[in-house]
Amino acid sequence: MRHKDFFFWGTLACAATVVAFITLPLVQMLSAPSFEALSDAILDKDVLNSIVLSLSAASLAALISFILGTPLAYLLSRREFRGKRLVEGIIDLPIIIPHPVVGIAILSVTGRNHWFGQFLTDFGIRIMGSVTGIVTVMVFVAIPFYIKAAKEGFDAISPRLENVSRSLGASMFSTFFRITFPLAWRSMLAGIIMACARAISEFGAIVIVAYHPMIAPVMIYERFESYGLKYSQPVAVWLIAICLILFLLLRILTTRQKKNV
Amino acid sequence: MITLENLHIELGEFNLHNIDLHIEENDFFMLMGPSGAGKTVLLEAIAGLVTPQQGRIKVAGKDITALPPEQRGISIVYQDYALFPHLNVADNIRYGLHFHRRDKQVGELRLRELLELFDLQQLEKRYPGTLSGGEQQRVAMARAMIINPQVLLLDEPLSALDPRLREEFRLILKQLQQNTTATILMVTHDFAEALALGGRGAVIHQGRVEQVGTMEDLFQRPQSTLVADFVGMKNLFAVRLQNETADLGPLHIQLGRHFDESRGYIAIRPEDIVLSTTQLQSSMRNSFRGAISQIISQGFYYEVHIAVGETNFCALVTKGALLEMELAEGKEIYLFFKSTAIHIF
Repeated sequence: MRHKDFFFWGTLACAATVVAFITLPLVQMLSAPSFEALSDAILDKDVLNSIVLSLSAASLAALISFILGTPLAYLLSRREFRGKRLVEGIIDLPIIIPHPVVGIAILSVTGRNHWFGQFLTDFGIRIMGSVTGIVTVMVFVAIPFYIKAAKEGFDAISPRLENVSRSLGASMFSTFFRITFPLAWRSMLAGIIMACARAISEFGAIVIVAYHPMIAPVMIYERFESYGLKYSQPVAVWLIAICLILFLLLRILTTRQKKNV
Repeated sequence: MITLENLHIELGEFNLHNIDLHIEENDFFMLMGPSGAGKTVLLEAIAGLVTPQQGRIKVAGKDITALPPEQRGISIVYQDYALFPHLNVADNIRYGLHFHRRDKQVGELRLRELLELFDLQQLEKRYPGTLSGGEQQRVAMARAMIINPQVLLLDEPLSALDPRLREEFRLILKQLQQNTTATILMVTHDFAEALALGGRGAVIHQGRVEQVGTMEDLFQRPQSTLVADFVGMKNLFAVRLQNETADLGPLHIQLGRHFDESRGYIAIRPEDIVLSTTQLQSSMRNSFRGAISQIISQGFYYEVHIAVGETNFCALVTKGALLEMELAEGKEIYLFFKSTAIHIF
């Protein structure tokens, strides 16, 4: 056998450290609560409600990201225009900005002192402490992930396919639904799952905008603050289990995509 | 049929200026020019996929400059074929039928016809990813033809095919031309191809039309050095064809295949001619002895001109080969080429 050098062992050590660093706390947390504590947690109405709220609000946020983000992703993939870089930079902002700042920023335009907040109030829309507020924050933080994934999917499709489709008599709409969408849906779905996972994990901004109704991360935080580690863990386990399933789905989808190409 | 009036297009690095062209109905028109001359952009403008900044496009007397591509009835076949990867061969070809209201049976009949014309019956259920280049091209052609286009645009259809398929495809094109009323506009950077297929053509260089005319005009009477340079392909000879040989004065060139026409042109690319200082025992059917008349440096390569009797051949060699064979002007040398390296038209 060939002698493995310092580079090989060094790389291996770093890789092992990173993997252990990520898995150890998670495994520890997953295995800490007893089965009883877990079943108690999920039977607790507040816990169940918070998880259901987290999931449904995140799904709604992902759906909104899909509807609003798809045209923008397509535009960014197909057209060159002045200020495109700026638009791309703006889309990246929610990823960069600290989460509590996002919450404060959203509150500052939707508060009563702002004309936009006044406008919303006139229509009976409340952001502070409402599901609407939760979904709003979730869309804010999740939409960049969807747009990036969808744009990548569109980038991979040659514009010539669309050109040929149009020359054969298809309108832009028909072309999108017959050619572009069937070729890009995997990327779009991956983007939706990404956005959904990101929305579920949001805490910092939501805790500012809507402490109640309580989403799962806020519930975990509250239990930790009031009762300690032991009581927050079972809720966390349930949330993690759900996130893992989402990401597993994502992995399966993306690997299948590679096989097809 | 197609009239382009004072067309200006600016698209990134491509610029077309003052394009004025008139193409007759049912013509097979060649748009020629070196790579990067903006030929594909011009095709896309005619198809409505690129918006010109200025000028007008008319087809059959109707101004279509502002018409969206789906209302033009102009099909385009790209160099990379652009088949829809998620549809099988039959569905690819059928695609245009969805948008042209007509009897379903008539559409299916047309599909069968095209599958037969392009010899695709066996491949009907296959997906584009599993097809060879030649097969993909035939699917792309059939797909373009199913809507009975007024105009068929072909973007370098022969450049991605190997030589044997080229000849086959040229026959298909000729046959297609007789079967359709479509005016065909083809882009190529290869003058030999244009000469073989087209009636009339235009040479485009740096976004301008340099010359328009019949192929013979362009070849015999180039009006600018650019055109002369473009059409001046090396080793192009007028010959008399007889059975499987082409007679070039006293030289008899073996073609390895039979041709019906009695007169024609043959062309051999300089890089396909092999030089040797001794008579080679090789499978190459054509071998001649001549004297080097001139050696011209072309950067990495040298152009070696050899006089065989009255005929001048041009070959490309590397510097290494030049030194090794001690090539010099006046030196006697043998030249060889395969019969498959001969382009006939």
